Amino acid sequence: MQFSAETTEKIKQIRAHFPEDRRQAALIPVLHFAQKEFKALTPEVEELVAQTLNLPIVRVREVVSFYAMFHQKPIGTYHFQVCWNIACSLLGAEDLMEYLSRRLGIEAGEVTADGKFSLWGMECLGACSEAPVMLLNEELYQNLTEEKLDRMLKELGVKSDVYVPEARRTEFKSTEAP
Amino acid sequence: MTEEVVKITSRNFDVPQAHRLSVALERGAYQGLRKALTMKPDDIVAEVRKSKLRGHGGAGFPAGVKWGFVPKDTDKPKYLCVNADESEPGTCKDRLILQKDPHLLVEGIVITCFAIGIHTAYVYIRGEYHYPTRIFNDAIHEAREAGFLGKNILGSGFDLEVYTHPGAGMYICGEETGLIESLEGKKGWPRIKPPFPAVIGVFNCPTVVNNVETLSYVPSIIKNGADWFLKLGTPTSGGTALFSVSGHVKKPGVYELRTGTPLRTIIYDVAGGIRDDKKLKAVIPGGSSAPILTPDEIDVAMDFDSMMEIKSMLGSAGIIVIDEDASMVDVLFWLTRFYRHESCGQCTPCREGTEWLFKVASRIQVGRGRPGDLDLMLNLCDRIEARTICPLGAAAAMPTRAMIKKFRAEFEEAIQKAAATAA
Repeated sequence: MQFSAETTEKIKQIRAHFPEDRRQAALIPVLHFAQKEFKALTPEVEELVAQTLNLPIVRVREVVSFYAMFHQKPIGTYHFQVCWNIACSLLGAEDLMEYLSRRLGIEAGEVTADGKFSLWGMECLGACSEAPVMLLNEELYQNLTEEKLDRMLKELGVKSDVYVPEARRTEFKSTEAP
Repeated sequence: MTEEVVKITSRNFDVPQAHRLSVALERGAYQGLRKALTMKPDDIVAEVRKSKLRGHGGAGFPAGVKWGFVPKDTDKPKYLCVNADESEPGTCKDRLILQKDPHLLVEGIVITCFAIGIHTAYVYIRGEYHYPTRIFNDAIHEAREAGFLGKNILGSGFDLEVYTHPGAGMYICGEETGLIESLEGKKGWPRIKPPFPAVIGVFNCPTVVNNVETLSYVPSIIKNGADWFLKLGTPTSGGTALFSVSGHVKKPGVYELRTGTPLRTIIYDVAGGIRDDKKLKAVIPGGSSAPILTPDEIDVAMDFDSMMEIKSMLGSAGIIVIDEDASMVDVLFWLTRFYRHESCGQCTPCREGTEWLFKVASRIQVGRGRPGDLDLMLNLCDRIEARTICPLGAAAAMPTRAMIKKFRAEFEEAIQKAAATAA
């Protein structure tokens, strides 16, 4: 397992932001790169990051498990992150969460069996005056309604009332010999 | 109402393409910097101290005083950390500065670093701010190309590099020492103070941590003078503030107003009053950590000291307005869910206490509240507050206590209903 040439270059640039003897400071940005490239921060990825920055693996593991944006298992290709903090919930965020949960056939914190969709409840996303809001992957959507969500779901291929996963995800290959 | 509106930090929010350097320059960007580079660094610090610019991240500490704590005779490098980890519920102003007027922040950063003798600044932006981060990175690039950053800025001989650094989704990293730990690539566990970051901060070097909005006032203070700024606000809290208004109002938004503007004016005039002309039930005045106010308390002036007098706080000036249809039982459930999720786990009273608060608030919300639950929660609040390294524990306890004290009857009713159903 190794980083792509593009990621390797990005890591080099980030490391230049810090004094030579402070290599750990690059850890969080590097973990963001790694998660983007490998979909999840599995033990193997943690090891790669530890080697790259010359850190003990425990320094990597404790950071991965501490931060909400780091995932040890893959999230959905389309990752719905609905804010359910006070300002959004006062304007119906919990209903929108229930609506998405019903349409996608998963609960908050789950991923569909094919790995296409995931649904997370989020704490404040910092767009309270445009509540209710959510992130879909890296894009912010404001002033949400069920109608808006329905249109988005249709565009993403959720035609039926409840999403039926296309096939089971195949990313997890059994390590046992056949 | 109009005399409350003064646009300093928000002056370019409605100007198309103001995030581009060319437009920003037409609007007067970097004029404050040109003036600052002709001044003595100590005079800049003195000017900012005189302006009574207070920290807009929540604590309200005078910015110029904070800068004065940085030792002058050190041979260590000094750092500026810009706190763009905006995540206090109800607060959505730093996002606008980053994406609508990033050059204003860059200018504030350069002046501040010149004043204190800093050559490296890190802008710690919360990980969920993907778009604001992209815009701000572009602005750094443009500013560097134009000679406002990098070596020998505008021929002054002063060097400064500015880097953005992403967070990864933890509220605690908005606490200044949690931010420093996170920037160093660790869990965002706050440090015991003292020593304060001004003496021992990032990489064990003197460090100033300032909020995005705070630094964005610096260019206009230098350009127009401390007296001008001070006169806009109150005698102890100069200038303006960006008020994020959300919840049940007709016109939610981010409004720049003089500090000290009455809360009633903000809700009823600036934000247009309560949605569907319903009755006001409660207001969270300064982000969710600020103790809640009832309708008879909204004639207060929105500045740090007036808010402290009524035992609440201006905090981050995130105002969440709640109308008569909302249930305080729900609001407390959402509130305690947040602090339970965000407690970093370092101090036992906060880690366990926020979990307990959430469990009790959730059972009341689902109709399984027990007699004595309210006193249990008040007791928990007393056992969390002032027993932790950082203020997160207090930030959970203070609003919980205020909500129970001010809306006790509503919670009692929910608990009695539960008892009746069980019987």
